[in-house]
Amino acid sequence: MDALLALPPMYYVAMVAKVLVAFVFVLLTVAYATYAERKVIGFMQVRLGPMRTGPYGLLQPIADGLKLFFKEEIIPKQASTFAFLVAPLIALVPAFISFAVIPFGGNIEVFGYTIPLQIASVYDPQVGKVLDLNVGVLYILGMASLGVYGIVLAGWASNSKYSLLGGLRASAQMISYELAAGLAIVSIFLMSGSLSLNQIVADQAGAFGVAGWYLFRNPFTFLAGIIFFICSIAEINRTPFDLPEAETELVSGFCTEYSSMKYAMFFMAEYANMVTVCAVTTTLFLGGWQGPAFLPGWVWFVAKVYFLIFCCMWIRATYPRYRYDQLMRLGWKVFLPITLVNVVATALWVMVVG
Amino acid sequence: MIMPLLQGLKITFLHMFKKPVTLQYPKERPVVVPNYRGLHALKVSHEQAKCVACYLCPTVCPAKCITVEAGEDAKHDKYAARYEIDLLRCIFCGYCVEACPVDALKMTQEFELANYKREDFVFVKERLLEKK
Repeated sequence: MDALLALPPMYYVAMVAKVLVAFVFVLLTVAYATYAERKVIGFMQVRLGPMRTGPYGLLQPIADGLKLFFKEEIIPKQASTFAFLVAPLIALVPAFISFAVIPFGGNIEVFGYTIPLQIASVYDPQVGKVLDLNVGVLYILGMASLGVYGIVLAGWASNSKYSLLGGLRASAQMISYELAAGLAIVSIFLMSGSLSLNQIVADQAGAFGVAGWYLFRNPFTFLAGIIFFICSIAEINRTPFDLPEAETELVSGFCTEYSSMKYAMFFMAEYANMVTVCAVTTTLFLGGWQGPAFLPGWVWFVAKVYFLIFCCMWIRATYPRYRYDQLMRLGWKVFLPITLVNVVATALWVMVVG
Repeated sequence: MIMPLLQGLKITFLHMFKKPVTLQYPKERPVVVPNYRGLHALKVSHEQAKCVACYLCPTVCPAKCITVEAGEDAKHDKYAARYEIDLLRCIFCGYCVEACPVDALKMTQEFELANYKREDFVFVKERLLEKK
């Protein structure tokens, strides 16, 4: 506690500013990701998407939010009230706080005080280095798994068969894909030798630009990157892995009984998770905020994240939903063995090539 | 296994650059085909409806939506004193137009027939007269 209070006042100002900026950025991205998703899928289906609310439908997210905000709040009589109320929060909060360890830019200097553009970090002038959470990746994995509790709890507390099935599917899916995603990240640890995201990004700098990214470092990390991204999509329950809320079979899955703002919170959580997952993929595999120097680091970071978000939407517009047994087979029989072999192969590569 | 997936991604990506087929309806109007069977119109000739009240259209009408009552005018000619089409019953088959021996009836390209009251869907003779 003393060590925390001993920091210069600039540290606290910078911290609050960073938190606000990152939070507002994620929130805005979440709002406009819904709009972008409808537009992108619309164009891919040779139609226009939202066009009526404001010019080119630009006010659509605001209209949707207002509509949901003023809707009636319904709590089913049979539901377990406390869990029912708290579930959307449990889903939403981990989606946002994962951003705390993601570096979204290089250091900036304000009034002679160096601020690293990563929330949970500080620049130590004595060592001349950025100190951040040295188990950042573990923290992200932990938060990602916490998010599923919200969904499971929502499914259980609603006391409805559809919700329960949705919640069960979410937990089973989460466990199957978390393993493969974790093993895919192990390849990155082998390359970087560090769990700190700041270190991982710094390691991907290199003089060759794109060639320095872990995705293109060697064939095994490339495979790991692809698998990590697919597993992440499965973890955040997006098409083609959206079984927990499969409309065609489970009404709306875990959020069947939810209405109004609580329903909106699940959707915010889903999109915030998408932003987070894309940011994590960017950091781990696409060189984080590294990029040609003519633009500041955060611009590259945002560009990469938005590109990955576009990929998520592209995938959603393309593929139908997996059947449940196909999903499990893909997780356990395809991705898990591949990533296991991949870890060994990456280790050999590191040993031989260096 | 992977190639078909990539093929699918390629197809959706290329579709993104096609011109959307959406018609922004109230702002943009559709082009209605010339032989479209929309609202009926009684043709007008010499300042009056051509209809001679022969009762062929109510006879042929499968939906029984046409009501005609004949009358006699000053020149002792038969004319339709009352001519009504109930659009709520009409199935827009166009048989009435085909049956008409004097070519007094036609169907227009008018397709926006929404109204607020049931009574408003019964089109009387004055409303059916062809607009010039």
